[in-house]
Amino acid sequence: MSYGTQMLFILPELVLTLGSLVLMLAAAWGGQASTRAISYAAVALLIGAGIALAGPASTGGEAFDGLWRADAFGTFAKILIYIASGVAILIAPRFFAESSGDDLRPEYPVLMLLAAVGMGMMVSAADLLTLYVGLELQSLAAYVLASFMRRDQRSAEAGLKYFILGALASGILLYGISLVYGFSGTTLYSGISAAYAGSKSLGLLFGLVFVFAGLAFKIAAVPFHMWTPDVYEGAPTPVTLSFASAQKVAAVALALRIAVEAMGPATADWRQIVIFASLASIILGAVAAINQTNIKRLLAYSSINNIGFALIGLAAGTEDGIAAVLVYMTIYVAMTLGSFLVVLQMRGTDGQPVESIASLSGMSRTRPALALALGMFMFSLAGIPPLFGFYAKFAVFEAATRAGLYPLAVIGIASSVIGAYYYLSIIRTMFFGEPAPAFAPSNSVVEKGLIAASAVFISPAGYLLIPALSAASLTAARALF
Amino acid sequence: MIGLHHYLTVGAILFALGVMGIFLNRKNLIVILMAIELILLAVNINLVAFSAFLGDLVGQVFAMFVLTVAAGEAAIGLAILVIYFRGRGNIAVDDANRMKG
Repeated sequence: MSYGTQMLFILPELVLTLGSLVLMLAAAWGGQASTRAISYAAVALLIGAGIALAGPASTGGEAFDGLWRADAFGTFAKILIYIASGVAILIAPRFFAESSGDDLRPEYPVLMLLAAVGMGMMVSAADLLTLYVGLELQSLAAYVLASFMRRDQRSAEAGLKYFILGALASGILLYGISLVYGFSGTTLYSGISAAYAGSKSLGLLFGLVFVFAGLAFKIAAVPFHMWTPDVYEGAPTPVTLSFASAQKVAAVALALRIAVEAMGPATADWRQIVIFASLASIILGAVAAINQTNIKRLLAYSSINNIGFALIGLAAGTEDGIAAVLVYMTIYVAMTLGSFLVVLQMRGTDGQPVESIASLSGMSRTRPALALALGMFMFSLAGIPPLFGFYAKFAVFEAATRAGLYPLAVIGIASSVIGAYYYLSIIRTMFFGEPAPAFAPSNSVVEKGLIAASAVFISPAGYLLIPALSAASLTAARALF
Repeated sequence: MIGLHHYLTVGAILFALGVMGIFLNRKNLIVILMAIELILLAVNINLVAFSAFLGDLVGQVFAMFVLTVAAGEAAIGLAILVIYFRGRGNIAVDDANRMKG
């Protein structure tokens, strides 16, 4: 295969890489005044990368001697990643303009684009080296983004905590990678898979445990979740939005690909780890969220809880299970984007962001439409029918029961009831509490439109998408087996 | 004769020291950055030892990548530490508690 043909397989990444480098130069040239223009150019680049996915980038298969795999699975994840990154860029200018901290600098969209390149590499990597470079590209951009409000002490602290624990996670993952490489003799997923199919040495099993521990850190699954609430609370809200959506999808997709493509023959070995992480995340995410008073911390625990449900699909380890995880992540991204966009609307009359749950009290009277939207997102996150979040949970539980994991499904369903408690208590605060001081009126058409779009997606109307969504997710999942 | 096992043991000890350095250290954030470097170097020892043992170059290439990324990581870590210090006036680990958790 010629080099030029292979370049077409990584066309989305090429568009984003070259584009972000040009934008970085433009940012250095134009300075602060160019921020908005560069933000819009960055969104245009993400759209361009999305269009570039249509060609060989989603059907090509192996490229660069097996370092890269352009398949439907990567495309599915990348579409979600590009959408979420685009939203995170679009909403940033207004957030930074109204907050008292730092102004938005043009580095922000550039860093988001670089993170998107890294996430694209993570989901398409077919070799541990490509995986590592992609993961670090995404992580390094994320550390900077988390501490982007330099004068805000919480933001700096969030960046620091994220950096330390993220670097530790990379270290653990790398140690696992070194063991896997040493005992299988290759870094290609296909070769590793062959090694696991043979007699599994102790070194390979140790490598597997370390790799899964590192991945659990990245997807914020219990017991490696402790950084999540602090980082989500301290980071600027648009950045938190991208952590909770785009980066979560990328890390989960990466975990799926490694689990199935590289360590598929060892399914019985990693299944126990995944089941433990899944149940622990569901239960801890539900219980620890109950006493939270900050809405961003609450959403952080909610994301831990949701990752637990997504892992149920991975524990099944079947095509159905992987497809269910992809469906789950799609719906989860819509719910998360919606919830964080509502959080962005929470501003006092002086324009400063308000993050306490108490300030939502009685919002159904002061801001009925916003209260309705947040109510829908909360019901949907809790998995209450007829909202679309119910179908997400239904899909993973169905996959788990088909794979014969009845105890896992039963415990999962039972503990989703605990989770419903705190989602419902937010709804009680909003609809039955005494009205708190009203939020400053919102005049952003983009944000209102995005909230409305996510609300429609997770409303019962979303069920119309099920045939298309399940067909796409099944095609994507088949690409792994 | 020094075999693969000796290298792996040194790597494992360094890795454990690095992890403990992050969790047991209660004084200084710079020490944590050093502990992170220790973890990455432990991985490099593993990679290079395996590479030599297997007669396969990929491990050494991987080690070069790890070194490069570690340099970038240290730069970003120190930059974040600087803005943290500017806001807080110290870099004690126990002081990083503006958010509960």
